Amino acid sequence: MTVDATPAIDLRGVTRRYGDRTALDDVTVALEPGRTLVVFGPNGAGKSTLLRILATLLRMHGGTAKVLGHDLKSEDWKVRGRIGLLGHEPLLYRDLTVRENLRFHARLHDVPLARVEELLDEVGLIARADDQVHTLSRGLVQRAAVCRAVLHDPEVLLLDEPRANLDPNAAAAVEPLIGPESGRTRIITSHDPAGGLAEADLALGLRAGRTALLAPAADVTAAMIGELYR
Amino acid sequence: MRRAVGALLRKEAALELRTPQVIPGMALFSIVTYVVFHFGLRRNQVSGDLAAGVLWVTILFAAMLGIARLFVTDREEGGFDAFLLAPVDRTAMFVAKAISMFTYLALVQVVAIPAFVVLLLGPGLSGEELLKLMAVLALADIGIAVVGTLVGALAVQTRARDLITPLLALPLLVPVVIGAARASAPLLTLTGAGTLPGRWLVVLALYDLVFGLLAYAVFDFLLED
Repeated sequence: MTVDATPAIDLRGVTRRYGDRTALDDVTVALEPGRTLVVFGPNGAGKSTLLRILATLLRMHGGTAKVLGHDLKSEDWKVRGRIGLLGHEPLLYRDLTVRENLRFHARLHDVPLARVEELLDEVGLIARADDQVHTLSRGLVQRAAVCRAVLHDPEVLLLDEPRANLDPNAAAAVEPLIGPESGRTRIITSHDPAGGLAEADLALGLRAGRTALLAPAADVTAAMIGELYR
Repeated sequence: MRRAVGALLRKEAALELRTPQVIPGMALFSIVTYVVFHFGLRRNQVSGDLAAGVLWVTILFAAMLGIARLFVTDREEGGFDAFLLAPVDRTAMFVAKAISMFTYLALVQVVAIPAFVVLLLGPGLSGEELLKLMAVLALADIGIAVVGTLVGALAVQTRARDLITPLLALPLLVPVVIGAARASAPLLTLTGAGTLPGRWLVVLALYDLVFGLLAYAVFDFLLED
């Protein structure tokens, strides 16, 4: 894959430690706008750490990272609001309703409240919009979290196993928002080689925080991904 | 900034109305403590410095409950991360939380002050005394809210937050208790209201200003990982 002069994501030697443990070690990868990077790796390989660094929620301890052309060390404030994060936690208040949560995020992002209704309708949550989040099933919470992540129409989507907990109908409902046809630059973590590679342009494999695989997704086989988990 | 503060305040109000925790907890603690003082001191009436001490120590300890809970929901339910992802000034969270804490204290005092008067003060307060006491309460509450927000944001990052909160907040709030107790003691005498000591009001106002500016300057760093 050729790398554009101004990649949407440009990581060079990114390192992050938690105390004595190195969670990410010298990771370098670049991704063109509108393309998808899928990140594989066993639990604890550094996938979620990578996403949190890109989301400006974690600082790096080494290397440089640019998102949409902005250095995350000095210009992270220019990136916030242009990225959407869908992680393991839905980032929704359990005692508020789905609608209250999304309206809260809409106000923070200065998004018209009509967008909330539009998204609720799109993911099939309109009938449960006034239910408190803690009363919903995990699948419904995940649909609400998808709405939260794309509410402000981000250019970059950071997706940590985004289809976990979703049944086929729900997965289909959120596909236009977080799938390849959304047109966004996407970084996805996955444990599903076939599904992950099918929707990606570039594949990154992490093992113990280090890059064990970096290749165009079309050139990567399920067996190569399987090697990461050994 | 105003938009973000407004959004955060709406959220705080909705959460406290939906599952009331902080205000009932602080109010009940205050009332129970005044009952304990009532029986512990074996007096129906306290006056002057003793009355002011009982009033302010109770308010301060009740505030610890609110400070300890101030950021817990945000921490446990991802509210911090969601806020940090938004393109807003991070100080908005400090402002919104300090306003929330001030409001909690004011609402608790609507219940706690009458309980204090009935259980410990005896003759009650005249309208003029009450107005003067409200001025002291307002200045002290601002100080408690500002320092409480700073300490709450720091403590919630630690596992031992319930321990850290009073250990950090109480020493920092000693000047508030001194100032508020000295300012309110003349209002709580059995012989009738004395004059409000302006010197202690100035001390409280200066404390609010200094810690307000300090908290405003450092709050961003508390939200860093």
